[in-house]
Amino acid sequence: MVSQTYNKRSRALVRRETTAAYLFLLPSLFFFVVFVIYPMIMCIYTSFFDSTMGKDSVDVFIGFANYVELFQDEIFLRALKNTFVIVIVSVPTVCAFSLWVASVIYDLKGAACSAFRCIFYLPVVTGSVAVVVVWKWMYNNYYGIFNYVGKGLGILDENINWLGDSRFALWCIILILFTTSVGQPIVLYVSALGNVDHSLVEAAQVDGATRLQLFWKIKWPQIMPTTLYILVITTINSFQCFALIQLLTSGGPQHSTDTVMYYIYYTAFKLYRYGYGNAMGVILAIVIAAMSALQFKLAKSNN
Amino acid sequence: MKMNRTQVYKIISIVIIIILAILFIFPLYWIVTGAFKTKAEIISATPSWWPSQWVLTNFENLFAKQKAPLWELHIPFGRFFSANGKPIVFFAGPMVPAAIRWLVNTVFMAVTAMILTCATAAMAGYALAKKRFVGRGLLFTLIVCAMALPKQVILIPLLREMSSLSLYNTIWAVIFPIVGWPFGVFLIKQFAEGVPGEILESARIDGAGELKTFLTIVFPMIKPGVGALAIFTFINSWNDYFMQLVMLTSNSNLTISLGIAKMLGEASIDYGLLMAGATLASIPIIIIFLIFQKYFTKGITMGAVKG
Repeated sequence: MVSQTYNKRSRALVRRETTAAYLFLLPSLFFFVVFVIYPMIMCIYTSFFDSTMGKDSVDVFIGFANYVELFQDEIFLRALKNTFVIVIVSVPTVCAFSLWVASVIYDLKGAACSAFRCIFYLPVVTGSVAVVVVWKWMYNNYYGIFNYVGKGLGILDENINWLGDSRFALWCIILILFTTSVGQPIVLYVSALGNVDHSLVEAAQVDGATRLQLFWKIKWPQIMPTTLYILVITTINSFQCFALIQLLTSGGPQHSTDTVMYYIYYTAFKLYRYGYGNAMGVILAIVIAAMSALQFKLAKSNN
Repeated sequence: MKMNRTQVYKIISIVIIIILAILFIFPLYWIVTGAFKTKAEIISATPSWWPSQWVLTNFENLFAKQKAPLWELHIPFGRFFSANGKPIVFFAGPMVPAAIRWLVNTVFMAVTAMILTCATAAMAGYALAKKRFVGRGLLFTLIVCAMALPKQVILIPLLREMSSLSLYNTIWAVIFPIVGWPFGVFLIKQFAEGVPGEILESARIDGAGELKTFLTIVFPMIKPGVGALAIFTFINSWNDYFMQLVMLTSNSNLTISLGIAKMLGEASIDYGLLMAGATLASIPIIIIFLIFQKYFTKGITMGAVKG
């Protein structure tokens, strides 16, 4: 557009538009640059330094030493592994579950549909801290409801210390994460199902398509963009799983529930290793970006 | 026969969904009833599904925690307006229990973040959608990239920046990064693209200035989008625990979720007290969510279009 209009009047117009646009953008840009872009650059920059938060300490440039150390740090590798376990388990289950719930409640239409949508969104709105305290109580090994119900149903023989046992702790966290993750995908899927082309659905029904065929052949391709979006946001959310870990187990027992996000917090705010924490942040960002790109690629090639 | 099978499938799945829905509500039910249970009932190995005696003791304990002035306002960048170089802080109101103060802090934080986000995002989103200007493509790419990255990654540098700006341990350290987060701009941009260019053109021909065009023509048209963004920002900032945890330390500055989290860290955990706190933290936001549910849903789905 701009290159075509070389006469003076339109150049003046472009200049006027640009000035006006930047004036409108100014307040937003101020906050964006100062509180998002600048810290992002600083995050990368500081990851090359040995930096502590001390008052008189000076940052020392150490090149890639933080990154080298990361991949020899067993706790970090464990945290990375846990993070991947959480992502690999929770992302597909969240997507499949929310698609199923959405397709069932979409058929109900009207008030029932929006009531269910609200209910499944409740754990998100309740807030992570309130959710965590009540689950911590439910998981309690002396008076938690899980042990009571488990023994009542004859599944458990004796009380289990859910959060204190490294065999169960991570799965307990994944369960809570699951309940707080499905709300948004359900809302998205319900609205995506509402946008499916109804003439196609009807035509298929006339041709005698079964319910399954109808779903896979007609609806699934049309809600693919939504699925992709859900995959990406659920992946990002699972990678960022923090409040649950910090409040429930603090990474314990013996770092068995550390995630990268929690370990970043631990390194920076408990060990005061600022540069090292930032190096982890950079790695995490790269991993998330790579995962998102991969999901886009896969989804594109499937279509 | 086939019809029957479909119906059976439908009924079974609805029954399963109802059971799941009950399980999803259960933690909330447990919070609210737990807040009114006696200590003996809370630590009993046989849980009582319904409080045998409704007591307010947990709330009494919650409000017995140390007191603070109802309202405390840190003036951002106050150092520069101060004669002795110290931060400027205004106090107002009677001394109230810490929990009430935390609630006031949380409401102030969420409302301020909401207003600032909506005002800045409305203008910026409109400019991005409707103006052709130099650097538009670059800016948009930057916004999308920033949105895809985890917000928490930047928290450590942000902390350092906030302390050098003397904003650390004030509510502004939580508010400003929320305002800077570009999701709002992205959302409004999607919405403002629906504003027809001809209307803007005719306003220009009629001699309306840029600001007037925005306020009288564009803003009314993107109002539903701004409404969705408002409720979205309000709820998300209310629950943005990580940011609050890192930025706020002194006891009177906490938000309600942070206050509860701190109680969870105490040596002996009193679940009755915690449930009372959790009730106080979650019920207001749930009520707000239920009232504005429609806008909220719209905000979620709009952000996904072309996401």
